[in-house]
Amino acid sequence: MASLVASFLAWLARLISGANALWLDCQPLPRQRIYFGNHTSHMDFVVLWSVLPDEVRTQTRPVAAEEYWTTSKLRKYVAAEVFRAVLVDRNSSTVEERRNQMERMLEGMGQDQSLIIFPEGTRGEGDEVQPFKSGLYHLAKAKPQVELVPVYLENLNRVLPKGEYLPVPLLSRVYFGPPMHLQDGETKEAFLERARQAMIGLAGQ
Amino acid sequence: MILRDQELFGLYMGILALLVVASIIGFLLEWKVKSPRGRETVANINSRIKAWWVMSGVFAVANLAGMTSTILLFGLLSFLALREFVTLTPTRRGDHRSLLFTFFFLMPLQYLLVAVKWYGMFSVLLPVYAFLFIPTVNALQGDPKNFLERTAKLQWAAMICVYCLSHAPALLMLEIPGYQGENAKLLLFMVLVVQLSDVLQFVWGKTTGRRAVAPNISPNKTVEGLVGGVASATIIGTLLWWATPFHPFVAWLMALGISLAGFAGGLTMSAIKRDRGVKDYGTLIEGHGGILDRIDSICFAAPLFFHVVRFFYSTV
Repeated sequence: MASLVASFLAWLARLISGANALWLDCQPLPRQRIYFGNHTSHMDFVVLWSVLPDEVRTQTRPVAAEEYWTTSKLRKYVAAEVFRAVLVDRNSSTVEERRNQMERMLEGMGQDQSLIIFPEGTRGEGDEVQPFKSGLYHLAKAKPQVELVPVYLENLNRVLPKGEYLPVPLLSRVYFGPPMHLQDGETKEAFLERARQAMIGLAGQ
Repeated sequence: MILRDQELFGLYMGILALLVVASIIGFLLEWKVKSPRGRETVANINSRIKAWWVMSGVFAVANLAGMTSTILLFGLLSFLALREFVTLTPTRRGDHRSLLFTFFFLMPLQYLLVAVKWYGMFSVLLPVYAFLFIPTVNALQGDPKNFLERTAKLQWAAMICVYCLSHAPALLMLEIPGYQGENAKLLLFMVLVVQLSDVLQFVWGKTTGRRAVAPNISPNKTVEGLVGGVASATIIGTLLWWATPFHPFVAWLMALGISLAGFAGGLTMSAIKRDRGVKDYGTLIEGHGGILDRIDSICFAAPLFFHVVRFFYSTV
C-alpha cells in the first residue's frame, strides 16, 4: 500500500513540476549515496525523490523536519511509510542536540540506504546558494565510502515560491553531478565550499 | 462515424498510406546510409517518423470521437504549450497569482466556451477580459520591477498558447450550410495542410536550401524551403478540395493562406527561442523538441483559417 502511494506521489510530483532529470557524469545506480541539493521551495525533496528511478528511490530516504512531519496522523504516516523520511529536529543548537541529529541520520542510513539532504539549512530565495551547514561534512567523515552526489534543482522556486500554496505547473530540471568524497586532510571549511561550488557549477549545464 | 463519412475515411487512409511510405523510406535510408553524420540525420528522421505515428494516432482518435474529445486534446496541448512557453519566460515571484489564474481558470474557461459554442465570449475572453485582469492581479502583488514587460509576456503567452490554439477546435462550432456535422474534416484539412507544409519545407530546405529567410533567427528556414514547401503543400491542399466545403480554387487559396501563416508561426516562435538562447521549447516529442515546436504553425494558422471560413461560409 505505502509503496503504491509512493509511486503515485512520485508520478504526481513529476507531473506538477514537469521535472526532467539530467545525470551528468553520474549514473542513476542503487548505490549508497548522500544526495545534497539546493533548497528553494517546499517541493524540493519530493521532486528530487520523485525523479530517482524506482529501484534507487526505494532505498533513498529524505531527511525532513521533525516539527513539521509529526503534527498530524496523516503527516506521520506519509513521512514514516511513504517517504520513509529520517526525521530530525531542525532547531538543534546545542552540541548534544547536534550529535543526536547526526546519530539519527547515520542510523537511518544503515548499511545500504541513501539520504537526501539540503545542507543550506534555510530555504534560499532561489537566486543564490547559501553557505552550507556542517552536517554534510560530519556525514562525509563518518561514512567515507559513501558517494556524495551534488544536486541542483532548477525552476522549482518558480513552480512553488516560498509562502505560496498552489504550484504553477512549469517545467523544472534536476541536475545530478559527479559523486565526490571528503579528501585526506581536507578542512571542514574547504570541503563545504568545494561541495557548494560543485552544486552551483551544475546550474544550467 | 468513420464508416458514415466516406470522405473522412478517405483522408485517414491517405494519412495512413503516407506514414507507411515514410516509414519504408526511413527503413531503407537506415539500411543504405553509412557515414556517421548521415546516420545521425537518418536516426533523427526516423524518430520524427515514429513521433508522427503517435501524433497522428492521438489526433485521429480525438478527431473521430467527436467534439468533446477534440476540445480536450487541444486543451491539453494548450496546457503543455503554455508551460513550455512560461518556463522559458523569466517570471518573478509577483507573477505567481496571475500564472495560477491563467493556468487553472482562463485556459479551462476558454475551452469551455468552445464546448458551449459561445462565440461572442470565446473571441473576447483573453484579448479583452484577461488583458485587463492579468495586469490588475500583477499590480495587486505589489512588485513594480519590469511590470509592463512581465505583463506583456504573460498576455502574449496566453494569446499564443491558449487563444490562438483554441481556434482549431473552434472550427467545430461553425455552421456551414450543406456541410453540417462534417466540420471534423475542416479541422483535419487545416492540420494536415499546415503540418505537411512544415514537413515539406523541412525536406525542400534540406535538399535545395541555400539562402536563409532570416539568418539571424533560423538558419534552417530557407527561401527555397519556403517556396517549395508552401507550393507543394498548397497543391496537396487543393487536391483535397472534395473533403471541404470549398471550390477547388478556394481550397487553393485556403491552403496557401494556411501554409503561409504556418510559416509565420514557426518563424516568430524561432525568434523567441533565439532570444532566449534555446533550440527547442521542450523535450516531450522525440526528434521534434517540445509541443510548442510542433504546434507553433497551427497557433498562427488556426485563427486565420477560422475567421476566413467563418466570414465567408458560416451562418454563426
